Amino acid sequence: MEKFTTHTGRVLPLRRSNVDTDQIIPAVYLKRISRDGFEDGLFAAWRNDPDFALNRPEHQGATVLVAGPEFGIGSSREHAVWALQNYGFRVVVSPRFADIFRGNSLKGGLLTIELPVGVVERLWAVAEADPTTDVIVDLQAREIRFAGETVPFELDDYARWRLLEGLDDVGLTLRHTDIIAEFEAARPAWMPKTVTR
Amino acid sequence: MAAEQTQRTLAEKVWNAHVVRRVDGEPDLLFIDLHLVHEVTSPQAFDGLRSAGRPVHRPDLTLATEDHNVPTLDIDLPIADPVSRIQVEALRKNCAEFDVPLFPLGSTEQGIVHVVGPQLGVTQPGMTIVCGDSHTSTHGAFGALAFGIGTSEVEHVLATQTLPLKPFKTMAITVEGELPADVTAKDLILAVIAEIGTGGGQGYVLEYRGSAIEKLSIEARMTICNMSIEAGARAGMIAPDATTYEYLRGRPHAPIGADWDAALAWWSSLPTDPGAAFDREVVVDASSLQPFVTWGTNPGQGLPLSASVPDPAQIADPAERSAAERALEYMDLVPGTPLSQIRVDTVFLGSCTNGRIEDLRSAAAVLQGRKVVDGVRMLVVPGSVRVRLEAEAEGLDQIFTAAGAEWRHAGCSMCLGMNPDQLAPGERSASTSNRNFEGRQGKGGRTHLVSPQVAAATAVTGRLTSPSDLTDAAIGASSNA
Ligand code: SF4
Repeated sequence: MEKFTTHTGRVLPLRRSNVDTDQIIPAVYLKRISRDGFEDGLFAAWRNDPDFALNRPEHQGATVLVAGPEFGIGSSREHAVWALQNYGFRVVVSPRFADIFRGNSLKGGLLTIELPVGVVERLWAVAEADPTTDVIVDLQAREIRFAGETVPFELDDYARWRLLEGLDDVGLTLRHTDIIAEFEAARPAWMPKTVTR
Repeated sequence: MAAEQTQRTLAEKVWNAHVVRRVDGEPDLLFIDLHLVHEVTSPQAFDGLRSAGRPVHRPDLTLATEDHNVPTLDIDLPIADPVSRIQVEALRKNCAEFDVPLFPLGSTEQGIVHVVGPQLGVTQPGMTIVCGDSHTSTHGAFGALAFGIGTSEVEHVLATQTLPLKPFKTMAITVEGELPADVTAKDLILAVIAEIGTGGGQGYVLEYRGSAIEKLSIEARMTICNMSIEAGARAGMIAPDATTYEYLRGRPHAPIGADWDAALAWWSSLPTDPGAAFDREVVVDASSLQPFVTWGTNPGQGLPLSASVPDPAQIADPAERSAAERALEYMDLVPGTPLSQIRVDTVFLGSCTNGRIEDLRSAAAVLQGRKVVDGVRMLVVPGSVRVRLEAEAEGLDQIFTAAGAEWRHAGCSMCLGMNPDQLAPGERSASTSNRNFEGRQGKGGRTHLVSPQVAAATAVTGRLTSPSDLTDAAIGASSNA
């Protein structure tokens, strides 16, 4: 997993609430056997609309998705996180995320930040007035900075540490290979193996 | 799972024996004894390993089989559906690259992942077992802690043979008394799910116990543990006993000699200590149970076969009422219709719930000397190649085909309709599988979950039928039901 310290990027204003994982990526796009390529399915149902923010030329290259409340509700598919990352997003901002989506995203290195509705609206306004406005997301300081504003956000120490270190759960567990090896050495030899004796 | 507590439940003992690392404020890191893999939920996990340059840490504790979308006919031909073929080919490539043992289509050990593990004897008491499949709970029948995981977790286990987990709560489901004739493990678990609801087990490991459970065979115990997930539970478990050890003795991967004795000593220490506390307890009277079938679109919407389709207007809870209304609309059922009058087009005997040899035997016993009624197709899909071969050695295939049923090759088949075995829109099945969700067996298909015996009797009459109601008169009545 890529380390996340500070990210500077432009905002994609998504003025919608209750964006569920079926909208983020519909089930027909789940058949791929790789973890990449899901960008094609991102918000697929809305992509036909030329006015959909993702289609607007002025918002191309945006990396910070700012959406309304209850983002990521619905099924637990991890493909929703992969689709956002595959498309190029590093950060999603919303007043409130669904639990499972938030868990999946922080596990996978997509930073999800909860900010008050007022801040979300100011971010939308700024991005629409001047789409080239940069937002600085500073995980070290746990704050975002844009258009002269500095807004703090909350993230628990454990999740923040994992992101700063760029550690997915696998990377984290691999720090304990010595204790795993010890545990393995103490396992009874008769425990079954799948390779034939 | 307080540390000072000295009496422990089965689940707690297995959990505690697998803690690699415990630190306050962090999840426990659990060692995983067996990781089962299949074609649908593993490709991204292997991909993750590849891009990080990581090996599979313990290929010798990992086992892959092809089951979810393999065909059950013409298995010597290339898989016709390109998506299924790509998934199966990806599994073969990944297993070769990462040295993971694989039982591909055509191997005598191939079959549904939850049938294969137990029959090989790699599923043993006191183990931790995971698979990227929710019905991993099946293996709890041996007193193992077995549960389904997501794709990221599959990758985590492949890379480290461990999982970070927060402890589950424990629930005792105590079943006392004698199961009446014709009442099976399937009826019992359907009744339990109807009782506690599809969310009733959320966050829990269920331990089934009591005299009725102790009398059950291992295969029947697997049927029960298999469906724990339909009550929302993470896992189901049954304490190992003489029945368990008898089943395991002599299996290809079971310990032998001094190893057997050492294993037995550990296994016998596993049952829940007298007085150990569960977070919740449910008591069921076995003698009150009847053959049970579902009428709705989730496994909790079930009733005794002798009952009638419920009237949503009489359900007090508004959420349940509207769920029942939607279910009846989808199922095209009228309140008040006796369940035993519901006609089906298809009977599916198989799946990891009821695709083992005992299931086939009990269905064959009902079908012997009888015919599948005109207009009904019956698919018999053994859970594994071994089950298929064993059934053929006993002549069960002859009974099925003589009755007019189709004798298929092993796989998940119509349990989830990922392969060509599907219901057409509007078709109705009596199915021994575990999920009656909308479209589960094919878009627009309608599913009634039943036991193998009820499945067989239903094939004979064409309507949901208990074997004890199988008289010549009942068969004759099928045409005007
Ligand atoms: S038989 Fe059905 S429930 Fe069992 S593993 Fe296969 S698809 Fe899943």
